[in-house]
Amino acid sequence: MTASLLAISGLTKAYPGAVANDDVSFDIGRGEVHALLGENGAGKSTLVKMIYGLVKPDSGTMTLHGAPYAPAEPRAARACGVAMVFQHFSLFDALSVAENIALGMETPPPMGDLARRIRAVSETYGLPLDPDRVVGDLSAGERQRVEILRCLLQDPRLLIMDEPTSVLTPQEVEILFSTLRKLTAEGVAILYISHKLEEIRALCDRATILRQGRNVGTCLPAETTAREMAQMMVGTAITPPTRAARPLGDVALEVTGLSLHSPSPFGTALKDIRFSLRSGEIIGIGGVAGNGQDELLAALSGELRSPSDAIRLHGTPIGRLRPDARRRLGLLAAPEERLGHAAAPDMSLTENAFLTGAGREGLVTRGFIRWPETEGFARRIIARFDVRTPGPGTAARALSGGNLQKFVIGREVLQRPEVLIVNQPTWGVDAAAAAAIRQALLDLAAEGAAILCISQDLDELMEIADRFGALNEGRLSEIRPTAQLGLDQIGLMMGGAHDMEVAHV
Amino acid sequence: MRLRLEKRPQPARHWIYLSPVLAVLVTMLAGGALFAALGKNPVAAISTIFWEPLFGEFAFYYRPQLLVKGAPLVLIAIGLALGFRAGIWNIGAEGQYIVGALTGAGVALAFYPLDAWFLFGLMILAGALGGLAWGMIPALLKLRFGTNEILVSLMLVYVAEQLLAAMALGPMRNPEGMGFPGSRNLQNYPAAHNAELIAGSGMHWGVVAALIAVIFAHILLGRHILGYQIRLTGQAPRAARFAGVNPARLILFCLGTSGALAGMAGLFEVSGPAGQVSIDFNVGYGFTAIIVAFLGRLHPLGILAAGLLMALTYIGGEIAQSELGLPAAAIQVFQGMLLFFLLAVDVLTNYRLRLLSRAPDPSRSL
Repeated sequence: MTASLLAISGLTKAYPGAVANDDVSFDIGRGEVHALLGENGAGKSTLVKMIYGLVKPDSGTMTLHGAPYAPAEPRAARACGVAMVFQHFSLFDALSVAENIALGMETPPPMGDLARRIRAVSETYGLPLDPDRVVGDLSAGERQRVEILRCLLQDPRLLIMDEPTSVLTPQEVEILFSTLRKLTAEGVAILYISHKLEEIRALCDRATILRQGRNVGTCLPAETTAREMAQMMVGTAITPPTRAARPLGDVALEVTGLSLHSPSPFGTALKDIRFSLRSGEIIGIGGVAGNGQDELLAALSGELRSPSDAIRLHGTPIGRLRPDARRRLGLLAAPEERLGHAAAPDMSLTENAFLTGAGREGLVTRGFIRWPETEGFARRIIARFDVRTPGPGTAARALSGGNLQKFVIGREVLQRPEVLIVNQPTWGVDAAAAAAIRQALLDLAAEGAAILCISQDLDELMEIADRFGALNEGRLSEIRPTAQLGLDQIGLMMGGAHDMEVAHV
Repeated sequence: MRLRLEKRPQPARHWIYLSPVLAVLVTMLAGGALFAALGKNPVAAISTIFWEPLFGEFAFYYRPQLLVKGAPLVLIAIGLALGFRAGIWNIGAEGQYIVGALTGAGVALAFYPLDAWFLFGLMILAGALGGLAWGMIPALLKLRFGTNEILVSLMLVYVAEQLLAAMALGPMRNPEGMGFPGSRNLQNYPAAHNAELIAGSGMHWGVVAALIAVIFAHILLGRHILGYQIRLTGQAPRAARFAGVNPARLILFCLGTSGALAGMAGLFEVSGPAGQVSIDFNVGYGFTAIIVAFLGRLHPLGILAAGLLMALTYIGGEIAQSELGLPAAAIQVFQGMLLFFLLAVDVLTNYRLRLLSRAPDPSRSL
């Protein structure tokens, strides 16, 4: 951490109705891992997009290597040595690793040379990757390596990484961190966006914290507790969820030998899933995305139907029932995708409250919808779960992701489910709201509901789940009590990593 | 200076109602320019089309025509709109209209010359069932074999046209018609005649049925769970599956209802304004109703207004042809413009226009 590599001064960017960045200034030194922290909507993405030339600031200046820096487009940023690894990969499944990398280059070298360079760079930085493999066959962690290699081949001076660990197993995270440390040793600076605080404490030299578009402080993560950083992000103290000891009841949901083909060609088939979930218990299901999470939720919610006996609710076979019939029996679900799956984007919150609440909330008489009662139900959800919206007449798509998530979870929780299946309940939700949702799930379990929580956030699962299992390629691991699990075991259960070796620095 | 479209956070409510009005106004401007280019006085042409039928010298004749032409359009469009709302595309209303006319007229001809009060009711029922049966063919094929209802329903129109010709020339031909094609004229068969309820008003049972259909559809979509499921399936099919909507039931209901309404429209036409089953009985109401459904925003009240507007341009267009010597093609272009501008103006419901004076904003590349 010597001279400053990139200095940002007074960057401001306003969108209609919101100021995404308001007079943000900080600097990144050579060889530094600099964390950019903040809740969703705090302005992290806009800030890095300005650095990467995707968005033009309204005012403010940047200097790179002491020279004025104002990239008009990403190509200009890359020419100046700024590279970025996005959270969502832009790779073609049908092409090989080398072909994918060539596609992103201005002047790709001959394939043979490129493959040699890929091998060389991947060995140097401990990112094992065969350039001839087809991307479609790679795990999420390996795909990320393709994106990282694509950046490294440009010989970057600043590497921006947007939530890189969200798709990785703990072992893969270790590999990634070793690579990043090796890069910084060579003087490359890394701007690391995340909201996983422990990760930032382990990896980053300094952290800049954004709140509502403003820089609210820079700290040294190693000397700051996760709790302090979270409070800087949110601006208030967060109450971590509390779990009361609760007695477990009878088996509420029993799944035996559930095997299903995915309706989507890129989906994952479920293979012989079996577990039993008791009243008052929370089971957490981890695993890297795309290993059957969506299919498991659909099979349990009733969107996919299975042999009748494969799923039993309080002993009643329900495998053939539709979602509405399962709801009547007490099994509710909240899918991961909010817009278009859990909620209809163009419908109002009242109409969306009716979507799953029709039966259990008694919102229908002889086929006719009781709109006043439905609106009352929507208002209850909005009030109880602190959904920020002008009112129940607002279209679902007008809500921010986090607010809609609160609405979707609240809608199910308020219907007093006997069994609740949730997929990614706090995905994209700010820290305070996430804590509130987790608390609501814990309270629900304390009242005797059985909860299956599918999530990619291991911290979340460790926080609320009594037992933990992992999905890998459509198979469910053995389900073990969380209290006895270490991170290593969890990683092995998730099993998504194909290369477990850590880079040799 | 550039124009940019920006997505609105939610659909603008006022534009849902304003955009059809704006579309009509823009159509008048563009249509006027077209007529001027043809060497006609644009103001006279536009006023002939929109003013003459309603308030002109011969309005007493044209006004009833408005109801006579508008009723089948509205009746058919209401049924189509239910399906369109759910993403179920019945393009074959013309065929269901023909088959409804055949089955309804078939009942009347079979009972001829019985003079019974229940005959007309029986004909309505037969017409509805005929259209329903024709609509069920694409529905059942879709459910059983996954066929595309757009293609099947459309192709069945041509089958229905052949059936119509065969009936007009064969089994339904008037035995007293000196060998001319075409059935007995039902206007001359009082028990089966769909006569005007008030003389000179144009008001016949088809108009009543269209109004009832508008009210029925309005309540169904706004207050009934089936209407909710229709809207949900059209807007967010995945959310509909999650809610527990049974897609098979919706397909049967939507294609069945639109078929039955189109069939009834056919029956009212054949027993009233048309009078007989003839080779050229159908004049494209089933296809025009598709335009009416969209012009009316797939909303029952909107369809009522759109049906009347469409009837107005038809009648006014005919007047303009005979009085001003405008070519028929120009009138068709004018009617096409209406739909074109409606779809174009529609963008404003979900997007807002912004004038930009500065250089291109790089955030557009996101």
